[in-house]
Amino acid sequence: MSTTNGAAVRFEKVQKSYDGKNLVVKDLNLDIAPGEFLTMLGPSGSGKTTCLMMLAGFEPATHGEIFLNDQPINNVPPYKRGIGMVFQNYALFPHMTVAENLAFPLQIRKLPKSERDAKVQKALDMVELGQFGNRRPIQLSGGQQQRVAVARALVFDPDLVLMDEPLGALDKQLREQMQYEIKHIHENLGITVVYVTHDQSEALTMSDRVAVFEDGVIQQLSGPDALYENPKNSFVAQFIGENNKLSGTVKSLEDGRCRVELNDGTELSADPVNVANVGDKTTLSLRPERIEFEPVESTENVVNGTIKEVIYHGDHLRVVMEVAGNDEFIVKVRNRGDQRILEPGQMHSLGWAANDCKALDFVQ
Amino acid sequence: MTSALTTHDGQPLHKSLARALRREKLRSLLLIAPLLAFVLVTFVFPIADMLFRSVENSIVPDTLPGTTRTIQSWDATGDELPSEEVYTSLADDLLLAQELKIHTRLGSRLNYDQPGIASTFRKSGRQVRKLDASAHLDSFSEFNKEWGTPSAWADIKTHALWPTAFPASSIAFNNWTRYIISDEGDDADLSSMTPYGTVYSALFYDVQKFNDDQWSQLTASSSAVSHLFTGLKDQLPNFPSANYKEQFLDIDDGWGEIDNWRTIHRLSPRMVDSYYWASIDRERTVEGVEHKPANERIYVKLFIRTFVMSMVITVSCILLGYPIAYLLATLPTRTSNLLLILVLLPFWTSLLVRTSAWKVLLQQQGVINDILVWARIIGDDGRLALINNITGTIITMTHILLPFMILPLFSVMKTISPSYVRAAKSMGATDWTAFRRVYFPNTIPGIGAGSILVFILSIGYYITPELVGGTSGVFISNRIAYHISSSLNWGLAAALGSILLASVLILYWAYDKVVGIDNVKLG
Repeated sequence: MSTTNGAAVRFEKVQKSYDGKNLVVKDLNLDIAPGEFLTMLGPSGSGKTTCLMMLAGFEPATHGEIFLNDQPINNVPPYKRGIGMVFQNYALFPHMTVAENLAFPLQIRKLPKSERDAKVQKALDMVELGQFGNRRPIQLSGGQQQRVAVARALVFDPDLVLMDEPLGALDKQLREQMQYEIKHIHENLGITVVYVTHDQSEALTMSDRVAVFEDGVIQQLSGPDALYENPKNSFVAQFIGENNKLSGTVKSLEDGRCRVELNDGTELSADPVNVANVGDKTTLSLRPERIEFEPVESTENVVNGTIKEVIYHGDHLRVVMEVAGNDEFIVKVRNRGDQRILEPGQMHSLGWAANDCKALDFVQ
Repeated sequence: MTSALTTHDGQPLHKSLARALRREKLRSLLLIAPLLAFVLVTFVFPIADMLFRSVENSIVPDTLPGTTRTIQSWDATGDELPSEEVYTSLADDLLLAQELKIHTRLGSRLNYDQPGIASTFRKSGRQVRKLDASAHLDSFSEFNKEWGTPSAWADIKTHALWPTAFPASSIAFNNWTRYIISDEGDDADLSSMTPYGTVYSALFYDVQKFNDDQWSQLTASSSAVSHLFTGLKDQLPNFPSANYKEQFLDIDDGWGEIDNWRTIHRLSPRMVDSYYWASIDRERTVEGVEHKPANERIYVKLFIRTFVMSMVITVSCILLGYPIAYLLATLPTRTSNLLLILVLLPFWTSLLVRTSAWKVLLQQQGVINDILVWARIIGDDGRLALINNITGTIITMTHILLPFMILPLFSVMKTISPSYVRAAKSMGATDWTAFRRVYFPNTIPGIGAGSILVFILSIGYYITPELVGGTSGVFISNRIAYHISSSLNWGLAAALGSILLASVLILYWAYDKVVGIDNVKLG
């Protein structure tokens, strides 16, 4: 496996333990292609930031090897790795002006002053902060500081930029705007970006590929759409987007279809993703927006449910229902203006296609 | 131009706001009132009083009210002794002073500026009662018997020209009154007594200075004292001149020394700057301000030593405290808490115990010398003198003040995110560059706060230098303490203290200008 394959970054059998008892990262194998935007997504404590820190060189790998452009870097100190990095709280040097912050990596590389100034100005212009070079970081708003941090990570033209939850401190609107800006910068410069976040919508919007971390293991590594449409296990289904869970037992398994009997006796058809044998316990995963009210006769799965609560969300309505013993069953109804009146207490039939219903590993 | 904003009912907005805030202000004032009162009573007032003593000099004009008046007309720059008139008032002042037993105190005060003068006062106090002061009393009585009666003085005192035309005799009469009251008690019947001779001598000099107008007022038929003064003017040339000068010179040669008189002349005002000149090893002479003799110059040297040693101590604290504070700030909480306890441990130990412990460690036969000898780093005959000198003071004070450097440094370092150094390294900075360009500049507020604390504390430190400093390692504060408790020259102590306070304030101001006090973080 340790042949050169042109990957910008390669983790090979990497393990990490802080205390010698527990593994924070368990046997990580990951190739990141040049120019790729890869996001490490996961809840806190899942090992994603540790991976980033190992890549940056601030934490040594306990076992395994990390390659940068096919060169092993385990013994290369961080300052020789030439990786740009954007930190969670920006880590802008408070005692320097914005321009001095940006000039810092260039001074260290001993660039002549004229070239340095030109590069700093270019980087500031790129993040639309051309006029702010003489300010102190503290005089900037959160969003502006964020841009400076991005500009500083890029000003010395690294091939690889690491971003550690860079948008965590921003409010929702600004965060969305910055997502697009970072995405565009990535596309324009063609650099490789490794991005760490616990915000799944950020991961879905920005990434070429997403690695979902949990318990030190990559649960699924795929593009954003595959992640959402075809989760490989219950954790991914639950973590990415909204999800209805129904527990049951596999009754039959054939031709890419399975029949699952729920705990209350209802039988449903599902797409068998993570079940192997008849008689296995399974958890069905179902996206709320794929459920139809009063479905047509030919719909594969039809069940009855009782409305418990209707929540108005502007562009859609969230209907909380009791379905097959699950009283947190959520249905999203598009706000068309002509939909039927939905009120708590009403009984309705619901339907969905077998393909939208994934039979995954059983979780409580 | 827009008019001032008003509230709905037409009140000016700022007034309305002030009223709304007044209650709040009153409440906060009430809350701090106990502390404020405590600080005022136990701290501000005593310090202000102490500082006031550095210029206060009332003991001289209060003890010598007549002399300090008459000596003003004497030419202190000349070679002549003061006139007979000055000796007359001195006799009168000393009579009262020895009765009140305050002449030796005055002697001690004057002795600070003119060594030796105290014994002159002590000696004169014993002898002044024996002075022959009868000359003018007799002359006045011979001129008119009435002069020798109590009623004469009762009448003069009712006259409109008393006391303006009688500056010397009014002071002398007042002295005499106090003398009698002190001698015979509060119930003494002053109206039945005639003053003693020196009062008449004082009167003699007053009368000589009357102008024609005053003469005519006193001798006018409407005047109650016309019988006393009519014809007196013509008789005056026949009055003998006083002979106090001669008598004083007999009592003590000191009264013939012109420098003693210059000292009294110089210290006549109620406020004097002599303590301040003394604090910087200078003195005022008739030729102006001059250096004291070389063997008496100690304070400037002490001030310089105090400042230089405080700086050395501050720098040592930075050098020793910085790595410890860094460790405290970066180690895991469990370990750093343990370390912090070790740093704080000295705070919970008595200062005296710590200082004494250093005596044991540092003395010639002490632990450190023993170890060095044992390790053959020094020979047994080459034991280092580590205590009772500057070295001892620096070592001990650095140890004692170290926590004051570590704690502010620690609290500042604690706020420096480790991501700063990481960011610097990710941009290519080596460990050293990251420290020098990023970490260190961010710790400067802590260094500033620690340095101000340590420097100001050490500049006024007293106990430790006293115990381990010997003679070469003492600070100016030890000298101040000496003047407060041993030599009792509180004025000089106050002046030294004021200079110390002023220099600290100046340094603080300079620090604010150069570094900026906003850059100081204590936590």
